Amino acid sequence: MSAHEGSKEGYDFAHPLPLSLLFGVFLALTALTVVTVAQASFDLGSFDIVVVMFIATIKACLVMGIFMHLAWDKPFNILMFVGSFVFVALFIVTTLYDSRATSQDSIPVTNDIVAGPNPKVES
Amino acid sequence: MATSEAGHSADQHAGDAHGHDHDHPDYLAHHFDTPEQQFDSGKLGMWLFLVTEVLFFSGMFCAYAIFRAWRPEVFEGCSQFLNTKLGAINTGVLLFSSFTMAWAVRASQLEEHKKTAALIATTLCCAMVFLGVKAVEYSHKWAMGLLPAGLFSYDENNPHPPGPNWLLYICMPFIVITIGVFLWMVFSWATKAKFQFQCAKPLFFVCLSFFGGVYLGTVLEPKVEDHAVHASADGHADAAEHAEGDPHAEGDSHAEGEAEAAGADEGEHTEEAHEAAPAEEETEEPVIELGSVVPKSGTMVDTSRDLEIQRKLASVEANSAVRDELNALERQDMNASGAITYHQTDDTSNTIAGSEEDVMRRSRAGVFFSIYYCMTGVHAIHILAGIGVLVWLLVRSLRKDFNRNYYGPVDYVGLYWHLVDLIWIYLFPLMYLIR
Repeated sequence: MSAHEGSKEGYDFAHPLPLSLLFGVFLALTALTVVTVAQASFDLGSFDIVVVMFIATIKACLVMGIFMHLAWDKPFNILMFVGSFVFVALFIVTTLYDSRATSQDSIPVTNDIVAGPNPKVES
Repeated sequence: MATSEAGHSADQHAGDAHGHDHDHPDYLAHHFDTPEQQFDSGKLGMWLFLVTEVLFFSGMFCAYAIFRAWRPEVFEGCSQFLNTKLGAINTGVLLFSSFTMAWAVRASQLEEHKKTAALIATTLCCAMVFLGVKAVEYSHKWAMGLLPAGLFSYDENNPHPPGPNWLLYICMPFIVITIGVFLWMVFSWATKAKFQFQCAKPLFFVCLSFFGGVYLGTVLEPKVEDHAVHASADGHADAAEHAEGDPHAEGDSHAEGEAEAAGADEGEHTEEAHEAAPAEEETEEPVIELGSVVPKSGTMVDTSRDLEIQRKLASVEANSAVRDELNALERQDMNASGAITYHQTDDTSNTIAGSEEDVMRRSRAGVFFSIYYCMTGVHAIHILAGIGVLVWLLVRSLRKDFNRNYYGPVDYVGLYWHLVDLIWIYLFPLMYLIR
């Protein structure tokens, strides 16, 4: 390999990330995990899911950007991968709209036995 | 060479083209011009694969979103059965393994062979710890009957029915593999197969770390007695809370009722206590004056607490006979007041009306656990696949295959591993942290 050292195009393209950056990202991810777990003990009502998904998305961006090296990757790779999430969003949002519009609940309720205590018996 | 010249600066490669073959390093496949081209093609392929993975998982996330939108209370109720502590630990373990993986990529780029192998082995150990903790979680739920719809058989009043030791069953293949790797290690050491010994040594520790994970999970998972209390006090009652009533008060009165029932019987068989109920009724009936307010049909008059106790007993799922008897009594009572009681019963727990409020109906709770097992199970399969490729990577890194111009495999496996981590980052709060 030493023969090619810096001499040829297409060689020595590696881009090692500094260890401090990797470790910093790991610490940030751990801190964000602690934050997610901690927020679960507060009742944030319907904002709950928004907060949780927001934190998860920050973590995902850190992993994708730094660990997966996407921040320095080829634009086409970024486009492809980030594009897949656009399609995921499209898929989930349209399906949710559809399920809201056409049915309330299609979990089949067969004549099974209630596993928990039935509060109605008390009253 | 025409295609390559279209892509690169022609003048640089004109000279190379002839001396191409003897100048081709052995890590460079013959159909690539440069290591960078090779790396970029591989990476493009890997990203494409990851895109299919994301779309593949999105189907399950979509199912999750729809069912949660339909029945948020089912998810709130059932999520209480998941151990947040174990989930958080697994998140930390996966994040750490992601970090060591990213570090391994860096080490391979810098040609630090020993470090690369050590970091890949660390990543493998983390993966095994993850699976170990997962094994404890799964076995615990299987023992409690918290299974997918159709198999779901959780009973709050008997949360720990006797059953097989699932944890042992899950551990079995890992025990076999560990013993196998140990024998391989000893054999390669005895026969002085240096490289094999070099591979077997870290792999043995990787296998052992599964049991480390199992130990960690067992320590953190509440013991059987504790868990029963936890499930009924926190999880289950919370689940039913939205319906009505203070969960703890309800639980107390329930226990009280049972205690009284036991006290009232005092050595008598429960059946006799039930026999007493209709007798009581008959004797009470004449007390009501004809001129006074006649109780509505179906409201049984009862001055002792026997009927109440019987109702409480009937609310327990296992006591189906008591419930039937109570229904029969009620019908009898209504018949006595001249009502027609065809298919009429006071018990609403078996009807749609009763099902509306109840989170823990098997068909509903089962759907949550179907989604839970599907998502975490497929994720665990990805971990297993990741372990497979990481072992391959470990052997290759011990062989010093990678250098600054050829670290593609480490990088691609790293990308895959980060994606598995990425999915868990979303799975963890969605499954474990529902309030």
